[in-house]
Amino acid sequence: MNTWTDIFILVLVLADFRLLATSRLAAVIETTVLQAVALSAFMLTLAEKPWPLLLIFLSLITLTVKGAILPWLLRRAMREAGVQREIEPIIGYSASVLIGMILLGLSFIIFIPLKASVSAGSAFLLPGALFTTLTGLMMIVSRKNALTQVAGYLVMENGVYAFGAALAVEEPLLVEMGVLLDVFVAVFVMGITVYQISREFDHIDTDRLSELKD
Amino acid sequence: MLINIVLIPALLGLIALVIPWKKIRRGLLITGGITHAIIIACLAVYPKSPVASGAWIGLDSAGLLFLSITSILFLAVSVYTTGYLGREGDRKVLDSVEGFLFRNEPEAIFIACLLFFLASMSLVCISHDMGLLWVAVEATTLASAPLISFHRHHRSLEATWKYLLICSVGIALALLGNYFLAYAGHGKIHLRFDDLISGATSLDHAWLKASFLMLLVGYGTKMGLAPMHTWLPDAHSEAPSMVSALLSGALLNCAFLGIFRAHCVLTAAGLGRFSGELLVFFGMLSMAVAAAFLIRQTDYKRMLAYSSIEHMGILSLGVGIGGLAGTGAMLHAVNHSLAKGMLFLVSSHLLFIYGTKKAGDVRHALKKTPLTGVLWLVGFLAITGAPPFGLFLSEITILKGILDSGRWAVAVGYLLILAIIFIAMARIVLPMAFGLPERETSSAPPVKDYREPVWLAGPAIALAAAVLAMGLYIPAFVWKFIGQAAFIAGGN
Amino acid sequence: MNIMTSIIHMFLALVLSPLLLGIINRVKAVFAGRRGQPLAQPYYDIIKLLKKGAVYSSTSGWVFRLGPVTGLASVMVAIMICPAGGHGGLFSFAGDFIFMAYALGLMRFVTVLAAMDTGSAFEGMGASREVQFAVIAELVLLTGLAVLAAGTREVSLAAIYSKLWTASIPPLGPVAVLIAFAFLIVLLTENARIPVDDPNTHLELTMIHEVMVLDHGGPDLAFIQYGAALKLWLFAALLSGLAIPLRTGQPMTDMAVNVAGILVTAIIVGMIESAMARLRLLHVPQMLVVALSVTVAALLWILR
Repeated sequence: MNTWTDIFILVLVLADFRLLATSRLAAVIETTVLQAVALSAFMLTLAEKPWPLLLIFLSLITLTVKGAILPWLLRRAMREAGVQREIEPIIGYSASVLIGMILLGLSFIIFIPLKASVSAGSAFLLPGALFTTLTGLMMIVSRKNALTQVAGYLVMENGVYAFGAALAVEEPLLVEMGVLLDVFVAVFVMGITVYQISREFDHIDTDRLSELKD
Repeated sequence: MLINIVLIPALLGLIALVIPWKKIRRGLLITGGITHAIIIACLAVYPKSPVASGAWIGLDSAGLLFLSITSILFLAVSVYTTGYLGREGDRKVLDSVEGFLFRNEPEAIFIACLLFFLASMSLVCISHDMGLLWVAVEATTLASAPLISFHRHHRSLEATWKYLLICSVGIALALLGNYFLAYAGHGKIHLRFDDLISGATSLDHAWLKASFLMLLVGYGTKMGLAPMHTWLPDAHSEAPSMVSALLSGALLNCAFLGIFRAHCVLTAAGLGRFSGELLVFFGMLSMAVAAAFLIRQTDYKRMLAYSSIEHMGILSLGVGIGGLAGTGAMLHAVNHSLAKGMLFLVSSHLLFIYGTKKAGDVRHALKKTPLTGVLWLVGFLAITGAPPFGLFLSEITILKGILDSGRWAVAVGYLLILAIIFIAMARIVLPMAFGLPERETSSAPPVKDYREPVWLAGPAIALAAAVLAMGLYIPAFVWKFIGQAAFIAGGN
Repeated sequence: MNIMTSIIHMFLALVLSPLLLGIINRVKAVFAGRRGQPLAQPYYDIIKLLKKGAVYSSTSGWVFRLGPVTGLASVMVAIMICPAGGHGGLFSFAGDFIFMAYALGLMRFVTVLAAMDTGSAFEGMGASREVQFAVIAELVLLTGLAVLAAGTREVSLAAIYSKLWTASIPPLGPVAVLIAFAFLIVLLTENARIPVDDPNTHLELTMIHEVMVLDHGGPDLAFIQYGAALKLWLFAALLSGLAIPLRTGQPMTDMAVNVAGILVTAIIVGMIESAMARLRLLHVPQMLVVALSVTVAALLWILR
């Protein structure tokens, strides 16, 4: 179980690097699918066998929503906005990957003093989750394409979700469903807004959405 | 019975989404507002038994306080909206700033989202579980985003995008805070509010502090605390006025409820000083930022937005200091919502008549539209804390609380910033009401009738009267509520 | 460290390395549906070149003549340290992987110097591109080796590779996969293969490695080609020693498995060359940075 958890977290971390390095929107969406798979998998490997039915159900729902429905929404928004590539980002791709390395190192360092208080199944879980959250935040901050920012929000939610799994938080089923539902509706509304923006502006470069200021 | 305050508006919203008849839709909006208000009144007058422990939803005094504010404001807004949609609903509108024609969002979506907004805010106020609270706050973000982009043009879309993204990121951080909170209880304590309070002494302090920080930053984004406030001026200036009124008057308070609950948990765990200090810091920062941006403000709707940021800062400051200041802060929440709601409604009429959002182009409102001009002046006096309005009472209560706790520096800063804001707003508002009519703008088509329609005048006068009343005489039961609400957080 | 095995391995390296080039070319031909060159074609080329004379331009000096010879010598020295899948090379000492990296660096250095000594801007351009990639590639190589050293708690290549898949260390698991991936990218970069550089291109603007050796002829070119083959063998040996999780303890078997792995690596390189196109020049450093991030992630993993 431990090795499998390690492997899935590694996949999560590598997926983050892929997100930082790529400029193709389709690749970004595929990588979020990969992250969803890794997330639902290590939700299961963290728990002890035999797996409670509830856990399997939750894992499947997570996989469906994050791995199928949300990417489908994003792809639809991509098609309707007619964009395929990222616009020149604020931080270049190689620089983003280098910063990602520094962030990964920081994530490991932050959790060293908290070692004793973490009884998680793997020592890499918390740093990996923190790194994923930071990657999502970096995507939102440094990328200009609106769809990449939505994907960054998704990745941030993935990271927070991984924290939840790592800290073995037992939320009632209703709240978990509520969280997933919220994320789904959020992406839905964002997708619609992106469509409106692309129709109104003829581009989805958020760097150019800068008319309102003091 | 309690869940009806959420279910009824949500159901009405769904119906409004699908039916094709305009008048019935608008009628549904008013029905929703009235029903909501009636239920709240019943709940307030007939106090229910204390919340069953382990329940997910329940009404305690803080929740009831914020819920009633929301309800009153929504009632006023629903009356206004009916008339507004009748006037502006489906035709092409001339943009005031750039002069192009734009269309509005379909009414069905607008009315449905207003009702969903009410439902989700009610859910925030009645939830007793931090997880459910999170779901509800996120739901308010999603329900209000289409409201901001009611006017379909590029500036409102920009404002909507900023709002969506910044608030969603903030709320994701709040979810992290929730998880930290659950971990602080070592998985044994559920996130139910009552369980957290009763088991507070066994919570791990380090994780609790980390959790409060995350929750403060996360819900603070929604509330408009600096430096997470950047979405607020844009959203308030581009949204139609009644949406701004709801956002400022109801949503910011509900977001504050999340922080308030966390503060209560930390106080029960003995970390009240830590969370109080953080609240004081963010409160002062918000006030300072608001003052800085009010000084040379040219847009009167943005001015109102920054004033909201300032008052949220005062709220946070009051609760952070605790004691008498906490009670003052609760009173302040009520007064601010009433006054700000009224101001936004009045400003919409100014926009309609003068056709511009620039304060420099609005002159002589007292002569042109006497009622609006008077209300505008009254609102200005109320919001800056002049007697005999309610905000004077609440701000002085907070000041007394600060002085009681011996924080001289905070008191001096507080007074200084309030003074700066008074002067800055006076510079903008007074010329608008009194100034000479030499500069007439010609960007708006000539309006035949300058008089306020009754659907605008009614709610605005009612709200103004309420603020005045709160300043002159506060009924005993209101004091009781406020006292109870503040007591949870260590007020008295 | 069985001396016999090491000597046989060195002998195999010296003899079989041009065969790797032949295998790559054959695989590419098969993918393209052609019959392709004979497997031993690189041997014929080298022998042919050795018999020819060389022409030296008057603008070049002794550095130009020094390049190929020194390069070949340094890569031969590196081969002597190269591990043979679980067993060391002829020499091994603490920190020898740094020595190996520096020997390869010396080879690159003299090649670049020789290129710049020709006085032509053309070779200089190729040299600058090559060095630009080498900066990051060397970093990836050294970090990858550092990860292996940290994982096995040894500082000598022979010791690292002999302990790698045995039971004496905690299982490396996913880290090995990551480092193998990084080594593959380094192999492709250092040996100027697609997707970094196209060895068959004749267009000036797209040449990187080829253009550096454009002016050499005769025995010099033979040394360069042979040296390139040895370098390919070296990296392939590192990669297959890491990627094949088999350590029987029998020296000859291990070495045979390693050699088989090297030949398979050549086939894989051929497949990669046939399946991909060359990356745009701007994207090559990005790919290398990704490889670096993968090794850094593995390093943080191992260090915990």
